[in-house]
Order: sequence, then structure tokens, then C-alpha cells
Amino acid sequence: MTTTQIKPGRRREEGTRVLDTGQNHERNAGSLAFLVALWCSLAFGVLVLLVLIASTALDGAPRLDANLFTEYSSTLFEEETGVRAGILGSLWLMVTTAVMSVPLGIAAALYLEEFANPTRWYNRLIEVNLQNLAAVPSVIYGLLALGLLALRGFRQTSLVIGGALALTLLILPVIIITTRESIRAVPREIRDGSLALGATLWQTTWRQSLPSAIPGIATGTILALSRAIGEAAPLLLLGVATGIRFDPNGILSQFTALPIQIFTMSSQPQEEFQTAAAAAIIVLLVMILVLNGLAIYIRNHYQRRW
Amino acid sequence: MAVLRAAAFVSVFTTIGIVVSLAVPVVNFFGKVSVWDFLTGTDWSPNLAPQSFGVLPLVGGTLMVTAIGLVVAVPLGLGAAMYLSEYASARNRARLKPILELLAGIPSVVYGFFALSFVTPAVLQDLLGMEVGFTNALSAGIVLGVMIIPTVASLSEDAMSAVPQALRQGSFAMGANRMQTTLRVVFPAAISGIAAAVVLGLSRAIGETMIVALASGSQPNLSADPREGMQTMTGFIAATAGGENPVGSTSYNTLFAVGLLLFLMTLVINVVSIALVRRYRQAY
Repeated sequence: MTTTQIKPGRRREEGTRVLDTGQNHERNAGSLAFLVALWCSLAFGVLVLLVLIASTALDGAPRLDANLFTEYSSTLFEEETGVRAGILGSLWLMVTTAVMSVPLGIAAALYLEEFANPTRWYNRLIEVNLQNLAAVPSVIYGLLALGLLALRGFRQTSLVIGGALALTLLILPVIIITTRESIRAVPREIRDGSLALGATLWQTTWRQSLPSAIPGIATGTILALSRAIGEAAPLLLLGVATGIRFDPNGILSQFTALPIQIFTMSSQPQEEFQTAAAAAIIVLLVMILVLNGLAIYIRNHYQRRW
Repeated sequence: MAVLRAAAFVSVFTTIGIVVSLAVPVVNFFGKVSVWDFLTGTDWSPNLAPQSFGVLPLVGGTLMVTAIGLVVAVPLGLGAAMYLSEYASARNRARLKPILELLAGIPSVVYGFFALSFVTPAVLQDLLGMEVGFTNALSAGIVLGVMIIPTVASLSEDAMSAVPQALRQGSFAMGANRMQTTLRVVFPAAISGIAAAVVLGLSRAIGETMIVALASGSQPNLSADPREGMQTMTGFIAATAGGENPVGSTSYNTLFAVGLLLFLMTLVINVVSIALVRRYRQAY
């Protein structure tokens, strides 16, 4: 997700304000209309965001009760259906995905940034590949995970590990790209100083570059995970069902996830399910908001600027 | 070192994995259905006898929803980007940009619900008085457009912010006002980055699944009327994936054939986007 990439440096310097001498027609009708149009297009996005949150909150408010968190999904008692299994499933899924994707992503980024010789064809291949993978639709990752599990002879694909596999492959390019950018933001001088004191490249990476880049890596990773937790399409492909009536208890457990339950409930005609879907959306948005808040907190409090 | 390199190669293995895992069922699929019939057929009914596998209705649905999405996202995204890059103060930009990017952080299934529960009944039917069905391409496309506004805006803003200050100062010195400078100097100078942003938005729109699965309808429909419901390629994949598809069955193979077509389309678009940036990037 390129929109969440951390872009170090390169901020346009201040001082673009034009001297309003009245000579350059800054205030004629056309210019003002243009400014209003620009302003409206920005306001539109913000407005939709507010309307989305407000209308969902209004829809879901009646069902933000204890049953939502403690009950499993039920088709018999529509007004008491809950998303307990979905919340726990999403948490399991997120932790498993993090455990799989973070070490892999950091290792790959370190290799590309610190060790790889960018003129070798295979390293260039990885570069181009990463750019492409970052823009592959998430539903394709679901097909990939389904195909891989089928090739390995799995009968049951809707397991925590299967979902985590799909989500790991989905967010790996994002983690690699953001990690590389944070490592790149560590100034050359720190590496040079370390190398000049006799440290090997490996020691320099391990004790200087990587620790300095950790806040940036953490921010990017958390944002990637917050994207993963809202994904429904890859899980849908794996056949993750909505009506699971037990808590997941391990990575080989069957599970359901919050976005899947939201999808199924929104497709139902009954009013009760629509309300429950809206309430579940609020829960999901709060989870994502917490993750985003954490990422912003880390960025503001720990990120170093050189 | 070897471990790190292996980790980097996971990305390559992933691509190979995508191709291989798509290939096996697709080969089986094209053993039954000819490639020509698949690509040019206008009747898509894989579940009812007599089966027919003409993918054009799905492609048409995808193009319709994507086009509506771009009509919404490109002007609004560019407008927002121009405001942020050329008009907003640094403080306002730092405050507004994250809010806009929150739009990209909302899960697509939530957008789907929003299209279904708000945009269709409240905006299209009540406010605009349109005769639209419960599911229709219009509301899915509009909401999809909103979702990719941040993609277009954020990358275009980066491209325009990267245009050197000297160009703006030269323009102002010649007596141009801010609007003229924005439209005639900054915009053309940043056009490659803006094009890449639009193309990336396009590829995201084509691959988006949950919005269309919920809001665009489940009926393959080769129609030019956006008020009708129409199934897209991703919508078909999502709808079929929910059912029972034993490995090797026709429905399972069909899933992968449509998936491969989708993957190839986005791949071509991504390659174009990367090439655009490479070729026309002006080094300042």
C-alpha cells in the first residue's frame, strides 16, 4: 500500500506564498472558482469518511451490547447473534501473520538494502517483482494460498495457518518496501563510522543500521497489519466460514474472521443481521484505529530525524 | 547472509507460486473450454446447464465499475493533491493528508456495506430519485472511487511536491497567478508521477473484490446501463469461492481461469505504470 509508505526527507521548503501585489490576478473569479473546486474535492473525501462512520454508528448502535462480544453467530436468535469467534479469529490471524511476515520482511529488506549488489540480474529481478507484487489484487493471494494448499494435499483450507499464509504473502511486499525506506533513511555517516572503527558489514547492520531503523519498521509493519486485519477477499477464497461456534485454539484450528462475518451478515436480507453487521464494523474499525494510533504514536515519539 | 537472500527470494517464489498455482487448474479448464470461446463469448453461465463460459460479461462489469470509480477518483484525487501540494500550508498539509489517507485504511468490506446500506438507498434512490436496484454498478463504482481517492491523491501530491521550487518562482515572476502556475507549470512537470498514480488507482479498482461482491450484484450482465446490477470478475470469484468447490471440479477450475485473467490484466497495468515512472521521470 503505497499510500502508507514513510517518506523521509524531501519536504518542500516553505516560502511558496506569493506576494499579493494585486498584479497577478490572484483574486479573479476564475482563480477563486478553481480554489473552491480544489477545496471541495478535498472536503468530499473527508465528508464521505464522516458520513460512513456516522451512518454505520447509527445503524449499529442498538447492537453494541454484551451479546455482540460474548455470543457466537446464530441464525436462530438473529437479534442476539454475536461475533465472538470473529474477533478472536481475527486476533489469532493477525498474530500469526505478524510472526510469519515480520522476520521474513525485515530479512529480505536488509538483504536488498545492505548486502545485495543492485547490478546483479537476480537482485534487479527481486526489485521489479516486489513492485509488481505490491499491486497484485488481494483476491489473487487467496487463489495462491488455495492453490498451494491444494497442491500440498490439504483438504481443509480454512485454518488459521492458511489464512495467515495468504495474508503474509499479501503484506510482505509492503513490509519489505517500508522497511527498506526506514533503513535507507539511516545516514551513511553512521554506517561509515561503524565500519571505520573496524566493525564488519554484518556487525554494522545488526548493531547500527537495524536498531536505528526500528521505529520506522514498527510503524510500517503495524500499518500493514492493520490492512491485513480488514481483508476479507483472500479468506473468502480459502473457504473461511462464518458460522464457527467455537474459539480458535491454535494455528491448525478452524476459524472465522471479523471481515468475513461482516460480509456474510451484510448479504443477509434480515434487518437484524444488517444491524449486527454495522455493529461488527464498528468493532473492526476500532481495532484498526487502535493499530493506526499505535503506529502514529511510535512514529511521533521514537522516530529519529537526521 | 544466505538466510537474508533466501528471504528476499520469497518474493520471486511468490510470483512463481502464483503462476504455477493458477496454471494447473487453468490448463484443466482450457482442456474443456477453448480459449477463444472463453475470451470472446458473451454468455457467462458456469453453473446452469447448458454451461457457457464466455467471460465478456464479467469483463464488461469490471470495466463499468472501474470506469465509474475512476470518474470519481481522478478529478477528486487530483484536486485534493493540488490543494495539498500548492495551496495548503505545511501545517495544514500535515494535518489533512493523514485524514485523507484514513480513507485508504478502511477495509473494503466496510465500503461494501456502506454502498449497500447508505449510498444506494439514501443517496441514489431517495436523494437523486434514481430507479436503481438493490445492487447496481453505479453505487459500487462511486464507493470504489472514494476508496481509491487517497491512492491517486497521495502519489500525485508526492509528484507535484517534488517539482522544484525554481519552476514555480519562474512562473510567478512572469506574472502568472497560483492557478496558472498549478495548471500550466506544476501539473505538466509532474505528469509522469500523476499518470503512475492514476494507473495504480486503476489496477487497484480492477482488483477490488469486497465492494463489488456486496454492492454490484451477482448477475453477469453485459450492459451499458450503470443502474443495473452486474457481476465483475472479482465478484464472480468471491461469489463462487463461498460455495463448495472440490479440487479439480469445473467450478474450481473456472475460479482460477478468471483469476488468471484478472492477474494478467493487473500485471500489464502495473508494468505500464512502472515503465511510465521510469521513462518519463524527470530528474531535477
